[in-house]
Amino acid sequence: MIPARKDTAAAIAANRFGLGARPGELEAVARDPQDWLVRQIKGAPPVLAGEGLRPSAETLAKAIELRKQVARERREKKNAGADDDTAQVASALRLPAVYRPVYIDEAYARFAHAIGTAQPFLERLTQFWSNHFAVSIDKIAVLGLAGAMEREAIRPRVTGHFTDLLLAVEKHPTMLLYLDNQASIGPNSKAAGFVGRRGNGRKAGINENLAREILELHTLGVSGGYTQGDVTTFARAISGWSIGGEDSGRKLRRLGVDNGSPGEFHFREIFHEPGAKRLLGKSYGEDGLRQGEAILRDLAMRRETARHVSTKLARHFIADDPPAAVVDRMTHAWLESKAHLPSVYRALIESPESWEQPFGKFKTPADYIYSAHRALGIPLRDKRRSLQAFEALGQRNFMPGSPAGWPDSSADWDGSSGLLKRVAWADAVAQRMGDARNARELAPQLLGDTLSEETAKAIGRAESGSQALTLLLASPEFMRR
Amino acid sequence: MNPTYTRRSFIGTSLFAGASSLMASRLVFAHAPTDARFVFVLLRGALDGLSAVPPVGDPEYPGLRGQIALAKSGEGAVLPLEGPFGLHPALKFLHDSYLAKELAVLHAVASPYRERSHFDAQNVLESGDARPHGSTSGWINRALTALPSGKSREAGVALGANVPLAMRGPAEVASWSPTKITALDDATLARITDLYARDPLLSRRLADALESDAIASEAQAAADAEAGDAAMAMTGVKPATVVERDAQVKRNYNARYAETARAAAGFLKRDDGPRVAMFDTTGWDTHANEGGAQGQLALRLRGLDAAMAALKESLGPVWRSTVVLVATEFGRTAAINGTRGTDHGTGAAAFLLGGAVAGGRVLADWPGLARGNLLDDRDLKPTRDLRTVMKGVLRDHLGVPSAALDGQVFPDSTGARPMDGLIRG
Repeated sequence: MIPARKDTAAAIAANRFGLGARPGELEAVARDPQDWLVRQIKGAPPVLAGEGLRPSAETLAKAIELRKQVARERREKKNAGADDDTAQVASALRLPAVYRPVYIDEAYARFAHAIGTAQPFLERLTQFWSNHFAVSIDKIAVLGLAGAMEREAIRPRVTGHFTDLLLAVEKHPTMLLYLDNQASIGPNSKAAGFVGRRGNGRKAGINENLAREILELHTLGVSGGYTQGDVTTFARAISGWSIGGEDSGRKLRRLGVDNGSPGEFHFREIFHEPGAKRLLGKSYGEDGLRQGEAILRDLAMRRETARHVSTKLARHFIADDPPAAVVDRMTHAWLESKAHLPSVYRALIESPESWEQPFGKFKTPADYIYSAHRALGIPLRDKRRSLQAFEALGQRNFMPGSPAGWPDSSADWDGSSGLLKRVAWADAVAQRMGDARNARELAPQLLGDTLSEETAKAIGRAESGSQALTLLLASPEFMRR
Repeated sequence: MNPTYTRRSFIGTSLFAGASSLMASRLVFAHAPTDARFVFVLLRGALDGLSAVPPVGDPEYPGLRGQIALAKSGEGAVLPLEGPFGLHPALKFLHDSYLAKELAVLHAVASPYRERSHFDAQNVLESGDARPHGSTSGWINRALTALPSGKSREAGVALGANVPLAMRGPAEVASWSPTKITALDDATLARITDLYARDPLLSRRLADALESDAIASEAQAAADAEAGDAAMAMTGVKPATVVERDAQVKRNYNARYAETARAAAGFLKRDDGPRVAMFDTTGWDTHANEGGAQGQLALRLRGLDAAMAALKESLGPVWRSTVVLVATEFGRTAAINGTRGTDHGTGAAAFLLGGAVAGGRVLADWPGLARGNLLDDRDLKPTRDLRTVMKGVLRDHLGVPSAALDGQVFPDSTGARPMDGLIRG
């Protein structure tokens, strides 16, 4: 099944499926590399702890309050004739000021966990899902919420069923905000009437952004056989999936409309487009919140979804063009197990193809940074400075730039500038470490027998301890996994 | 590639540091045996062409656009173009260019892609193939390989850590982007070069990176000297002014676009520099609160406008032989949605800009916005294949042989004839 040499298999387990070996770790992995992986996906994942972490609802409630306050102040200033550009700019900067420290705390907690965890395969899976359900902080509205979505919706469900993961993510306020669903209003909903009558030219309507990306990116995949009509229908079904505490207007308040708890998911019944919906050949009766949930449950079980997500998983771990046999086995496991994710992961790690040819993929910048930290035990500095490497190497935390997430092929990362930055960063790290680590002893501990003769030789001939560390981190086998 | 290079330092400082801003943008270059310059600006996320180039004279326009409709006259009015069209008021430089006959505006254009996925649409626009994921290389790269090679060197330079699909392919491109990391010493670098000797990919990448880095160092030094001289002439104080300018750049992401464009010009205007550049930016996916004369989209358009102005200014005399194509993956819905934004559509606007463009025109076979004229009852109907524009530019500006255009550069595209007369004769 897996390479006869346990040494090779251990190096593959720790590097291809994990986040890079820590010194001494390969010995333990080598006893049974597959079992080492399987044990990590059993049971509930650990809770991510860290200083400053708080529920997204708390942060978002603050943001909502701030927005109302800013609106109030602007109204007052406008009435007093003093609403100038400077005031506008100043108020626009207040949300980032609240969100940025939260973002730093979240990104740092995740970083510290990744470099210290004894379950690196589980962490790789967590970050895979976080990227599958990507939000990006270049939309300021989610700057203080992106980390919390991973912690609250994704992390606890990585070893459960895909259906639960999907439902948790699509109902998380961060995702609703990122893909604009919170204010999507069905044209025949109760709210549509009020909005239209206010006479400010605003028409109520749906926003199809979230519905489209669920179908295209999160479930069926772009060739999954849905139509523009399915997108629109689905958007109508999930109209009303919103966030509590947003001011829904004085008139609505007087009518006693429930405004939900601030910052939490809230089904705004008055935004919901009523009626049965027909999607992908199946009819869904009017059932409020449950109508959209039923659609998501069905999407999770479709063959197109199973294949699309299995392909992405296999591409992430094995190769840019993953072996068809592996994807077939994973798809089969998905459908057989009713999308039980550990069954899908097992199909992946029990495939012999997963253990062939080391160095199939160029590491992403994040994986490169994690593996260097795990290898050397680099002392951490303050939070902000510890995170600078991600930006410098081109993969800022929670900022893939689009709902498609970070790209996942070697060609997306192996550009020449990206390589030079890695080498330069490795050198800076090595200079900080100086003689505190011995590259000659470390190299076989990190890479097992995937350490090449050339690299071993270069390290042995280095003119200083720190230069030897640079060569180890810059070596072709450490750049890949 | 020639392994001898002079390295001074990584560009750890000011000028280029803004490129990794919240609003992502990057630059990629390639060499070509021509004196003509071509810049491809890709607006990722789907620019709302009906706001960038609003058809204010179309009777359906105000009703469809509601709160985000732009006005024909008065405060925040559009800048007038021929026919029913105007330019968004944030696009002042583009409008000046139109009046100077250096801007041709294209409307109701589209790639052959007819679905509404950003990612597949960008893939089609960049690969040049009619189907998504039909090719792993890009049309620009393949066009360069089709040039009759008058010069020996076809290697390229890319600003930006990674290379976007449009520039990937058989013609070698490398990348360069700003970094705050301090320099490696040459002895360590030599050992790494040796270590990569048996790894063809890594050794090629490293050599390319070092060469680009050397060129960028020169460009940086020149730009700093220029800025310093100007500041000194005005105030007699050099460093503080430069520091202040950089601080402003950091505060204002529109200025970052402009700085990126200036960096591009630094490469493009060199006699031995690259001839082709690609500049891509994100942030155009305006599903909610898009805004009208002011607001989200206006802010981004202003950034684009400033970048184009900076490119012209920095290119100096080379602007005369420059063509910039600004395009996006598809347009947006004709009607405003429920969240004062627009959803994914089809027909889009595009711009051809530069001293070599036969401009001062709106090139559009306008289908109209009346309900029956919309595609799928929702989108501006495309009446021109964007590939006809790309082909016209490649043929008449860069000199790509016609024979290569229909197959090698744009597979199976015989029906899309190159547009004539886009380039000044």
